[in-house]
Amino acid sequence: MIKFSEEKLKDIKELISHYPEGKQKSALIPLLHLAQDENGGWLDASAMDYVAELLQILPIEVYEVATFYSMFNTKPVGKHLLEVCRTGPCMLNGSDQIIDYIKEKLGISEGETTTDGLFTLKPAECLGACGYAPMMQLGKTYREHLTKEKVDKLIDELRGQAKN
Amino acid sequence: MGIKLLLEHDKVEGIRYYDAYRKHGGYRAAEKAFKMSPADIVEEVKKSGLRGRGGAGFPTGMKWSFLAKPEGVPRHLVCNADESEPGTFKDRYLMEFHPHLFIEGLLISSFALGSNATYIYIRGEYAWIPDILEQAIAEAKNNGWLGKNILGSGFDCEIYVHRGAGAYICGEETALIESLEGKRGNPRMKPPFPAIQGVWMRPTVVNNVETIAAVVPIINIGGDEYAKIGIGKSTGTKLMSACGNINKPGVYEIDMTISVEEFIFSDEYCGGIPKGKKLKACIPGGSSVPILPANLLLKTAKGETRLMNYESMSDGGFVSGSMIGSGGFEVFDEDQCVVRHTMTLARFYNHESCGQCSPCREGTGWMYKILKNIEYGKGKMSDIDLLWDIQRKIEGNTICPLGDAAAWPIAAAIRHFRDEFEWHVLNPDESQKRNYGLAHYADPIHVAATA
Ligand SMILES: Cc1cc2nc3c(=O)[nH]c(=O)nc-3n(C[C@H](O)[C@H](O)[C@H](O)COP(=O)(O)O)c2cc1C
Ligand code: SF4
Ligand code: FES
Repeated sequence: MIKFSEEKLKDIKELISHYPEGKQKSALIPLLHLAQDENGGWLDASAMDYVAELLQILPIEVYEVATFYSMFNTKPVGKHLLEVCRTGPCMLNGSDQIIDYIKEKLGISEGETTTDGLFTLKPAECLGACGYAPMMQLGKTYREHLTKEKVDKLIDELRGQAKN
Repeated sequence: MGIKLLLEHDKVEGIRYYDAYRKHGGYRAAEKAFKMSPADIVEEVKKSGLRGRGGAGFPTGMKWSFLAKPEGVPRHLVCNADESEPGTFKDRYLMEFHPHLFIEGLLISSFALGSNATYIYIRGEYAWIPDILEQAIAEAKNNGWLGKNILGSGFDCEIYVHRGAGAYICGEETALIESLEGKRGNPRMKPPFPAIQGVWMRPTVVNNVETIAAVVPIINIGGDEYAKIGIGKSTGTKLMSACGNINKPGVYEIDMTISVEEFIFSDEYCGGIPKGKKLKACIPGGSSVPILPANLLLKTAKGETRLMNYESMSDGGFVSGSMIGSGGFEVFDEDQCVVRHTMTLARFYNHESCGQCSPCREGTGWMYKILKNIEYGKGKMSDIDLLWDIQRKIEGNTICPLGDAAAWPIAAAIRHFRDEFEWHVLNPDESQKRNYGLAHYADPIHVAATA
């Protein structure tokens, strides 16, 4: 069960005020982002029910939205979600090789999580970085112009962080 | 150097922040606009000939004049920053590096349309950009450009940033509106059009980020001057996001008089193709527009030099032309495989279909499956005709244009690269080891002499 802090709740109140009176449902997607961050990167039923309660809408209205958008995970994911773009422009610049390399290095297939719970590999569709391909989304950032060496470095870095 | 209206101050240090932006002439257009009437601003935009930069190219001034103004009902400007069309990353560039230009454009447009609450719907994956925009909004507000009674005009305006959560379809304006209301991104049936009943059933204008930014130079130099730049109905400047196999991928501002050849090969723009490879093909305006082989890209079927503008790019219709679309310009070198690329696009559209209409929901999945078979050496000759048949049955038979957008790339790939598909079917083993290559796709086209 998640519960937002008093401070977060104040931000949420401000957020809801961006929309007309009675149209608080408009804040649903922004709120789901907050809930997912709070809940370790995914949305379980209790997190969604909590959002429904905050917005005074039906839980089903939340479920149908959470399942529609690709950024919302309705199943647990690893600590770091590696979302590698594989659409045409990235493919022309070797995204397939990057995906294969990550699979081999981490010993997981697409959609799987490493046994230590650190990494999930999720192939993504065009992320608006086609000129800086190949690339991946990692949390709130983009990692662009990927090479095997850069992938090595990134994974070492993230593993290092986990140890500290 | 071509004319720069949007990226004029691209190299200015700190242009992302208010002080530098203001020092370099920022918010001068807003000052001018607040001395005009909203109707006069709409008139200037009409005169400029500005066409929507989101992909469809609809005249902006005309769209603005359709906005319903019933008494006592608020109206809204909603800016489409969902930018998800493969090949396109120009709006990101504007928002990241020129946020104040964008905010100034939003302010002037909001004033012209009478929108007191304006929303920026930005794709969720651009997760670091809302902070940049919110900072610019706060700076603008501190300097009196947003909030209550702006410049003593009596006009109030707030700009809110609203994050999406990953769905290409939310770039379609009615799906965007649904999403802004906190729902799934299912496009609405039209009519009613957003200009009559948009977000929260209120009159709404949806415009692309670049369209909104272009309003600033239009007000600065005047609609007539803006219309003098470019050729014919392709007025002003256009941002192109260039990617694929080129030496200098990135975002370029062009005036629409340059040739495609110059854009690809000159050092001012794409800088040619890496390792001296040859040009095989190009998708000139985002993944939804037809792919062209090198020969039809550089010259029209009539043998004329093809230019980087709306008319020239679409010369020949879908038989031998394409579209400028969203400005996502993707170049293929001689070693690329059109079949594999088409397969990734089919997967993309299948992934992004909202699922409301069966031709789109089922057709995109079916096309992806067939293309996967062909790509992996399991295709049949009849599959190519089947693909053609499926795409034809999707086109025009759906609620929103995503169906067409999914059908066109496949139709064009088969139309122009049929022998590459056939080669895959006939050489299932070899096609797993090497690509078809350049073949005849860059050969000069025989132009029939006109009698
Ligand atoms: C499937 C689909 C996706 C679209 N994606 C975008 C987009 O990401 N950004 C955009 O500005 N327009 C997009 N459009 C076009 C919008 O529906 C709309 O025409 C546009 O935002 C209008 O703005 P403009 O007139 O300034 O171009 C898309 C259309 C379709 C059918
Ligand atoms: S065409 Fe596709 S994306 Fe558009 S409404 Fe129909 S199913 Fe949804
Ligand atoms: S295709 Fe990968 S970011 Fe656009």
